[in-house]
Amino acid sequence: MLLIDCPHCGPRAQTEFSYGGAANVARPPAPEETDDAAWIEYLYLRDNAKGQHDELWQHIFGCRRWLQLRRDVISHEIISCSELRRPLAEDGP
Amino acid sequence: MNRYSFASLVRHGIMGHRGWKPAWRDPEPKTNYDAVIVGGGGHGLASAYYLAKNHGLNNVAVLEKGWLGGGNTGRNTTIVRSNYLLDSNARFYEHGMKLWEGLSRDLNFNVMFSQRGVINLAHSKGQLEAFRRRGNAMRLNGIDAELLNRDDVAALVPGMDVSGDVRFPVEGGLLQPRGGTARHDAVAWGYARAADRRGVDIIQNCEVTGIRRDHAGVSGVETSRGFIASKRIGLAVAGHSTQLAAMAGVRLPIESHVLQAMVSEPVKPVLDTVVTFGAGHLYVSQSDKGELVMGGDIDGYNSFAQRGNLPVIEHVAACLLALFPQFSRLRILRTWGGIMDMTMDGSPIIGTTPVPGLFLNGGWCYGGFKATPASGWVFAHTMATGQPHALNADLCLDRFHRGRALDEKGAGPKPWAH
Repeated sequence: MLLIDCPHCGPRAQTEFSYGGAANVARPPAPEETDDAAWIEYLYLRDNAKGQHDELWQHIFGCRRWLQLRRDVISHEIISCSELRRPLAEDGP
Repeated sequence: MNRYSFASLVRHGIMGHRGWKPAWRDPEPKTNYDAVIVGGGGHGLASAYYLAKNHGLNNVAVLEKGWLGGGNTGRNTTIVRSNYLLDSNARFYEHGMKLWEGLSRDLNFNVMFSQRGVINLAHSKGQLEAFRRRGNAMRLNGIDAELLNRDDVAALVPGMDVSGDVRFPVEGGLLQPRGGTARHDAVAWGYARAADRRGVDIIQNCEVTGIRRDHAGVSGVETSRGFIASKRIGLAVAGHSTQLAAMAGVRLPIESHVLQAMVSEPVKPVLDTVVTFGAGHLYVSQSDKGELVMGGDIDGYNSFAQRGNLPVIEHVAACLLALFPQFSRLRILRTWGGIMDMTMDGSPIIGTTPVPGLFLNGGWCYGGFKATPASGWVFAHTMATGQPHALNADLCLDRFHRGRALDEKGAGPKPWAH
């Protein structure tokens, strides 16, 4: 069981949360000026890093806020958890 | 060459079973191959077998980081079916089903294919209507499908609770009678032995660490046992497709997720078909050893750990007990996890890539085992001719660029939702 330390509610079990996928995916800001390649990158292509992964979780059975986690996808260790900020900082959450 | 038969069994039996030879060689890698397949699971070995058998390419190597069938081939719940809605998927998996039906004979290796039927349960009128639609679509594609009402289900699965007094009453189901199970390890071993007999080099403990490119495409792979040259490289490494493709500079619409499976302690025969629970997510069958083999959803977050977490195990057990209350005192014997390539539309990716000479067989989500023969068949065709087979033309990587995603569930580009 993952124990996610929600900044609003404290440490809670993963079953209170809903996964939201990779955090470093930003919707193209100007759709009419965006070409196919950029849409495909946004919609489909993922880094799928084997190591540290920045990702989104929503605390659906708690404060309902979106959080961003940095998690090791091999050990499942949660390295950091914070309120979602956009854009994602270069050095992660 | 040793051919397995009743006569050979008797002959070796008389000699005390001390004369059996290894089923495949353990060769040193050569410096050059006509084709190299990365990944010694069912898909890679099947691809090598059909390259040799269907296309006359015998100078082929299968490179495996660990041991044969040690990845998802050895971790699945062994279910074989072709009950798909979309034409492209249905035709592909049905070709596989036909290959399954003759596979033991073709390989001269008993893969213990058992067509015990696969039943998808419906728990509402709406779900049953959706199954009616899928069943009709299957029949239009020449696949067997039977719509069941509650009494039919009760007759086929006598131990199941079909009373109406439960949270998810059974309304009926969709049966594919030709579906069933197969012995997963035997599939890898059977293909390995048959490929080896046709001259394919199966090289274990050989990790690919890089893909070398030249102006024309690819020129070979860097491995832990030295450089191996080849103009054709096929990746069959589901779970790590992203990492291998990245060695050639290709980005994929894939996330890696962990899927768990589990078995109960063995009991006497109690379930002679495959049942899937349509309200939660459970698929269960009974192995020949007597264990109940179960699985459910992926854990639902990116993972490269071959182990999962308890919430899914609890969900699977809860679903099982909702259907079969009498199993409540069975104990779970083992649980394990495997790493799935989850694609953005829930369908596999098999075919060419933007790099000439580099071919991809991956994105199996959690439906790769049943596809093993068909996947090998069309991947061998693609690698031999450079063009996709008619059966995987719609399954190529470029479908995402062409806006031709094959989203069986209609879940959208969310890999964890398929």
